Amino acid sequence: MIWLEKRKEPSKFWRIANPFLAVALTMLAGGIMFAMLGKDPVAAIRLIFFDPIFSETFGSYSRPQLLIKSAPLILIAVGLAIGFKANIWNIGAEGQYIIGALFGAGVALLFFPQPGWYIFPLMVLAGAFGGFLWAMIPAILKTRFNTNEILVSLLLVYVAEKILAAMALGLMRNPDIPGFPGSRDLRRYEAAHNAELFAGSGVHWGVVAAMIAVIFAYAMMKRHMLGYHVQLAGQAPRAARFGGVSPTRLVIICLGISGMLAGLAGMFEVSGPGGQVRIEFASGYGFTAIIVAFLGRLNPIGIVFAGLLLGLTYIGGELSQMMLQLPSASIQVFQGMLLFFLLALDFQTNYRLRLTRGVRT
Amino acid sequence: MMIGSINIAVLLAALMVAATPILLAAIGELVVEKAGVLNLGVEGMMIMGACVGFIVAINTGSPLMGFIGAALGGMALSLLFALLTQALMTNQVASGLALTLFGLGLSALLGQKYVGLTPPRTPKLDLGPLSEIPFFGRALFSHDIMVYLTIALVAAVWWFLKYTRGGMILRAVGENHDAAHALGYHVKRVRVLAIMFGGACAGLGGAYLSLIRVPQWTEGMTVGIGWIALALVVFASWRPWRAMAGAYLFGGIVVLQLNLQAAGVKIPVEYLSMSPYLITIAVLVFISSGKARGSLNAPGSLNRPFHASN
Repeated sequence: MIWLEKRKEPSKFWRIANPFLAVALTMLAGGIMFAMLGKDPVAAIRLIFFDPIFSETFGSYSRPQLLIKSAPLILIAVGLAIGFKANIWNIGAEGQYIIGALFGAGVALLFFPQPGWYIFPLMVLAGAFGGFLWAMIPAILKTRFNTNEILVSLLLVYVAEKILAAMALGLMRNPDIPGFPGSRDLRRYEAAHNAELFAGSGVHWGVVAAMIAVIFAYAMMKRHMLGYHVQLAGQAPRAARFGGVSPTRLVIICLGISGMLAGLAGMFEVSGPGGQVRIEFASGYGFTAIIVAFLGRLNPIGIVFAGLLLGLTYIGGELSQMMLQLPSASIQVFQGMLLFFLLALDFQTNYRLRLTRGVRT
Repeated sequence: MMIGSINIAVLLAALMVAATPILLAAIGELVVEKAGVLNLGVEGMMIMGACVGFIVAINTGSPLMGFIGAALGGMALSLLFALLTQALMTNQVASGLALTLFGLGLSALLGQKYVGLTPPRTPKLDLGPLSEIPFFGRALFSHDIMVYLTIALVAAVWWFLKYTRGGMILRAVGENHDAAHALGYHVKRVRVLAIMFGGACAGLGGAYLSLIRVPQWTEGMTVGIGWIALALVVFASWRPWRAMAGAYLFGGIVVLQLNLQAAGVKIPVEYLSMSPYLITIAVLVFISSGKARGSLNAPGSLNRPFHASN
């Protein structure tokens, strides 16, 4: 018979190999799905994973897009991963992303149309603060009232979406174009525009921020006491408590960091690629970032690669929608499958498959 | 009876309809959690039920077939969760999230061609003279059969958990899986069955949305109701009748909020429509803090993986 035997130590090999295997399996299963939709599976997979970078016709458009799509994913996922390691589940990054964007855009609209070098830095601070504030709601409810942070952070996403709609239709609406929802286009307001730093590269301040966040997170997790506490709290909560790690402090720090980074991501998006506060501004980065964090093994360096890959599927998804008329939802299915396969494969990291004849003793 | 421009009987009737999908999902999740499993994929299973139920109902012309299809659809998705968490020992929180993300995507893909169609009407249950009673007839006795079946389901779950041997085993597995295992109960088998029941209930709840309450199919139409159902289980302290009270209370808030919107109150629609989420959070805070906390009685083995290491 077959049974699972728990490994004495998690397998390092499978930890690294599983994400690659999961991607391969997702391509396979995705191909089958595309075939069932009546599309050429090879062409579809090629269009999603290879053409955005290597195609001569779309490459010049989609290569810079890769950084634009990946930067928010990486920025958010780095923060989430720290919390996930400590078993603190912030799954409302989408809401923190929206509120960060609203705070950032709010500062810009307040100063409009004045020029000034200080406006953009103020927006950055406001964006980070907005995300932080929104994440503090589940954090404080968790520490003060023992309320489940998963449910609260998630429910707050819906609240944030309603606030976004209210802002786009009300307070932040562009007064120059009456009758239409949506704020002024921040890309046309030079002091607030998160422009490309090198023309045609896709590198804007959000990309820089993502890189800095990755380096900081890496240093913190590997070298700083706080990183050690996070890992300890996740792996052995009792030992952590005896060792003097305050669970309250950890909840505040983990949710605070991830909220701040998600808020920053929202702010860089609204002042750059997104351009304005609109009802449809939120595009699910906050949820996809959860997949990025897991696929990157909750490791900042891993998250960079995972973020680039999922950023790729966003662009590839748009391309395949255009070229093959694939439904836009198929990319969502694709991303969901990826997480499924990864989780399923991870049993090999902790368990060993055993085969024996007859009944085990 | 009227208050302002709002007819109370109509309000009560609408309340029961609004509460039914939440209650269906919540009662299923309650059983799952009583068995010691936390399935955060309720939203995903619900939307799958909404989608599959709608597709089946359109193609067969029968709402009944639609509901059966929805239950099977939700159950199929829940089996994926069971495979991951029970056979492959994955993290329940992550697997539940994956289920929700996957379900939202898959339903959008499947339901694509069905946007804008109208499903076959589900008839009101004919209760004869009961529905002629003034006030109560309109408020309580003029609904479709699912409203009453849901209440019957709550009663059945309560009776099962409290008075049957099967229910006792399920609770034992949820309270202390090691002890239950030592007594010779099949922990995993019980849990898989509970997960399947939860999936079927969530699917039914979803179909109630797309076939009766709305009734239409749109992408992401569950708008967080699955998550609210999860919160409701905590609010109910894992007790079936309290879940029903919670769902009706919640249905009341939703309906009142919609009525205020229609009555043209001076508050913008966006702020009114965030109230259900805010109230859910407030209730969660209230129930999990202070004195109320002692009566929470969460199952002892909730969200803990079980691996029999002989």
